[in-house]
Amino acid sequence: MSDIAERVKKIVVEHLGVDEAKVTENASFVDDLGADSLDTVELVMAFEEEFGCEIPDDAAEKILTVKDAINYIQEHG
Amino acid sequence: MAGAFDLDGQVAVVTGASGGIGGAIARSLHAQGATVVLTGRRREALDALAAELGERAHVVVADTTEEGAAEKIVAEAEKLGSLDILVNNAGITRDTLAMRMKDADWAGVIDTNLTACFRLARASLKGMMKRRHGRIINITSIVGVTGNAGQTNYAAAKAGLIGMSKAMAAEIAARGITVNCVAPGFVATAMTDALDEKQRDALTQRIPAGRLGKPEDVAAACLYLASREAGWVTGQTLHVNGGMAMI
Ligand SMILES: NC(=O)c1ccc[n+]([C@@H]2O[C@H](COP(=O)([O-])OP(=O)(O)OC[C@H]3O[C@@H](n4cnc5c(N)ncnc54)[C@H](OP(=O)(O)O)[C@@H]3O)[C@@H](O)[C@H]2O)c1
Repeated sequence: MSDIAERVKKIVVEHLGVDEAKVTENASFVDDLGADSLDTVELVMAFEEEFGCEIPDDAAEKILTVKDAINYIQEHG
Repeated sequence: MAGAFDLDGQVAVVTGASGGIGGAIARSLHAQGATVVLTGRRREALDALAAELGERAHVVVADTTEEGAAEKIVAEAEKLGSLDILVNNAGITRDTLAMRMKDADWAGVIDTNLTACFRLARASLKGMMKRRHGRIINITSIVGVTGNAGQTNYAAAKAGLIGMSKAMAAEIAARGITVNCVAPGFVATAMTDALDEKQRDALTQRIPAGRLGKPEDVAAACLYLASREAGWVTGQTLHVNGGMAMI
């Protein structure tokens, strides 16, 4: 697994306080990991901080799963 | 055991601490053990207050309407540990009847009394969200609720603060952060020194408590809202006005 994927998952585990085993690439933040709208904003801000990039709102809206986040950061990070 | 409203170990930013009400708020939070970050544009007044308070008092000279000021103030506070309490108290008046009001009078008051407060609150949220604790207190005014001739700009900004506080409170209540307003009535400070004796007497007549407010009257309300004890109070406006308006 790539370094980016590791770091993304670590952030998700920390922020949502969920079991690492549940944070699979296909897991949806809202449906599978119990995130609310504020959680998703916090996650995006945490990704921005960790990877030193800016994720615009329209892109952030499309980041629904762990995989979406990894892909976005791989392309733009 | 810690007493009521104890703020030991907490860091509070007070804007406009160089002014009458801001100075009293800073003193009262400091007296409960908070480390205070005193901000305003006049360094001498801030330094004098810091010297009076002694330990746990830090001065950050900043014009809150300038770009980047909010981030700078928050960063200074976070350096002292963590920003727990933000009191948006800095405010100005540019009174004149609407028909005579210049765009600059309107914009200046909205910028200082509303936009700058939003920016500071926004900048404070990041750390507060992470720590699941925070207190944001916005100093509005009785006039924001009742209106007052000659203050269309000021009343709009102060009413705006109340709406902003409610919306923000709803967004972040689940993170242990409260956002409230304190709405003073007429308090004796530099801001009300502009009134002549006749105006002052007429004003006092309209206050059931029979006197103008003191900055300490407002500070006590802020202290309550800043405390851990007030954790279930959010999106509210606490009116401190000697009974002048019962709303
Ligand atoms: N006095 C009253 O009767 C009354 C009633 C209702 C509400 N209020 C509200 O209470 C708050 C405090 O008022 P006050 O009576 O204590 O008035 P004040 O003595 O004139 O204090 C106002 C403070 O705001 C600061 N300030 C203004 N513009 C600023 C800027 N651009 N950047 C940074 N600081 C700025 C000033 O600091 P510098 O001069 O150092 O920049 C000063 O310390 C205000 O929000 C006011 O609207 C007052």
